[in-house]
Amino acid sequence: MAEITLRNLRHSYLDIPLSDADYALKKIDLSWQDGGAYALLGPSGCGKTTLLNIISGLLEPSEGEVLFDNTNVNALAPEQRNIAQVFQFPVVYDTMTVYQNLAFPLKNRGMGSSEIDRRVKEVSGMLGLADILGKRAAGLSADNKQKISLARGLVRPDVNVIMFDEPLTVIDPHLKWQLRSQLKQLHQRYGFTMIYVTHDQTEALTFADQVVVMHDGQVVQVGTSEALFETPEHTFVGHFIGSPGMNVFPCQLDAGGVRIDDHHIALDVSPATTHGTDGNLELGVRPEYIHIDPSGMPVEISAVIDVGRYRILDATLGRHSFKIYCPEGVEIPQSDVRVRFDPRHAHVYIDGWRLAGGAR
Amino acid sequence: MIERTTNQKAWWLVLPVLVLVAFNAIIPLMTVVNYSVQETFGDNVFFWEGVTWYTEVLHSPRFHEALGRQLMFTFQILAIEIPLGVIVALAMPRKGILVSVCLVLMALPLLIPWNVVGAMWNIFALPDIGLLGRTINAMGIDYNFTQQPGAAWATVVLMDVWHWTSLVVLLAYAGLRSIPDAFYQAAHIDGASGWQIFRYIQLPKMKRVLTIAVLLRFMDSFMIYTEPFVLTGGGPGNATTFLSIDLVKIALGQFDLGPAAAMSLIYFMIILLLSWIFYTVMMRDEDQK
Repeated sequence: MAEITLRNLRHSYLDIPLSDADYALKKIDLSWQDGGAYALLGPSGCGKTTLLNIISGLLEPSEGEVLFDNTNVNALAPEQRNIAQVFQFPVVYDTMTVYQNLAFPLKNRGMGSSEIDRRVKEVSGMLGLADILGKRAAGLSADNKQKISLARGLVRPDVNVIMFDEPLTVIDPHLKWQLRSQLKQLHQRYGFTMIYVTHDQTEALTFADQVVVMHDGQVVQVGTSEALFETPEHTFVGHFIGSPGMNVFPCQLDAGGVRIDDHHIALDVSPATTHGTDGNLELGVRPEYIHIDPSGMPVEISAVIDVGRYRILDATLGRHSFKIYCPEGVEIPQSDVRVRFDPRHAHVYIDGWRLAGGAR
Repeated sequence: MIERTTNQKAWWLVLPVLVLVAFNAIIPLMTVVNYSVQETFGDNVFFWEGVTWYTEVLHSPRFHEALGRQLMFTFQILAIEIPLGVIVALAMPRKGILVSVCLVLMALPLLIPWNVVGAMWNIFALPDIGLLGRTINAMGIDYNFTQQPGAAWATVVLMDVWHWTSLVVLLAYAGLRSIPDAFYQAAHIDGASGWQIFRYIQLPKMKRVLTIAVLLRFMDSFMIYTEPFVLTGGGPGNATTFLSIDLVKIALGQFDLGPAAAMSLIYFMIILLLSWIFYTVMMRDEDQK
């Protein structure tokens, strides 16, 4: 086990990157604590897999350092880093039995056969593969194959980190839950460091203690699922986490708050005044924190979408359309709908990054 | 309730295909069957002979020798072309402009008409004017494929390897390209050696295409006619007389239609049987799933 630090990491797939846009990873400074369960969340093409392959050593970063316990491992090959990786599509050695699959990485490292046997038995028990050890790996179902890929990592003693690259893509929905909770149990019991790449927010939020959100080659926020929801540090996080995502309004600073067109919203914006206001100012507030209130701002409701236990309202305030989360039991007035933004959960963003607002 | 009309009119739609297949395959094949059990002296007069021709062909030393040559030839070209094709496919680049260059180069021999291949190699290997023939002789090796049975045999094998290894290369390359990168990455993480990657990832993933390659090369080489006919004409002596060349000699040279027909059917059955055996053996593991 090890603490993994990424320092000033940049990567480009081009030999001679000319501009920032040529970089798949723009600048990453990140530290993964030993024994943590991390999720790496972001849309397709944001650089998640690149980052993962750099940690595992399949890719060498263009710039920067990868440190395992403060030792630079940039020059080490994947097999020397003692990491495990589970890929999107299950990788098994078709011609081998499950047992041989599990024993393969140990044999390649020159381990004695009695030790191999002991470890294979232990890990297969852990993952529920014990009954099929003698079977050919080729004919197994996708979830069992994925377990084999995982087991080939776990079987090695003292793996530094186990990385998952969207491992549940090809698994049936009902098995996804099962496998994910099994992974969580394993993590709680054995405490290995896990990095889990996904573009599915539910998967990330239920799996990880800390979620690293990536966007366009950058890490935009690292935090617990609660922090990502309550205090998105970037409008992208606000959009990406939550369903529907955060509403964003262009706004101006005002005395004691912000102004959207003619509407004043009282807000603690003291950090913004000291920071200066050059740049594109926006107010972000989640649909959950917009409440129907007769003393609020007048809005137009264009549609009501009933999602069962709650309703989503499509609303417009002046030129700005947004969404309102309306829980069961709240009446929607027939006319003259007025809403209030909860000031403890409204945030001011400058050029996408959070400046002020919210209850800290 | 929708009223459903039931009639047999759709059969008329099948008729064109049926006629086509009949004239293409069934009628010619049955003609051959007809010839194989009768004797004819022309003028459309036939006498019933039963299985006489079959017994004659099966006991004829000439047929045994041609069959032996044919089996040896097919075995040799499979033993050379399949491994060679895999090696070339492994050595081919995976990306970049060179991929297209390699693919075009590989496809070239396959695009040349078979009799042209024979003619090319005939000239190429001639000891007095051919590039290959002269070079070999200049190195002090006495080589003349028109007179030496061994030289003729080697030339035919070499010609077939030149002509058809590309097919194996293209199939194997397609198989290799279909392996996701994750397999190689996982193997690196597991500490697998280059040989292990080949043995446990590449070879198993190429199995299906290689089965197709073996079947195609087996059938084609077992039926080979044009190229050796143009190159050596089956000689010197009978050194390169394969089954199809011998068949044509019997049917059109000697005009022994009965034995020739019987031989065609036996020939056909051998190809069918061997293809089935190849397929069954190579696909045996798949069924265990």
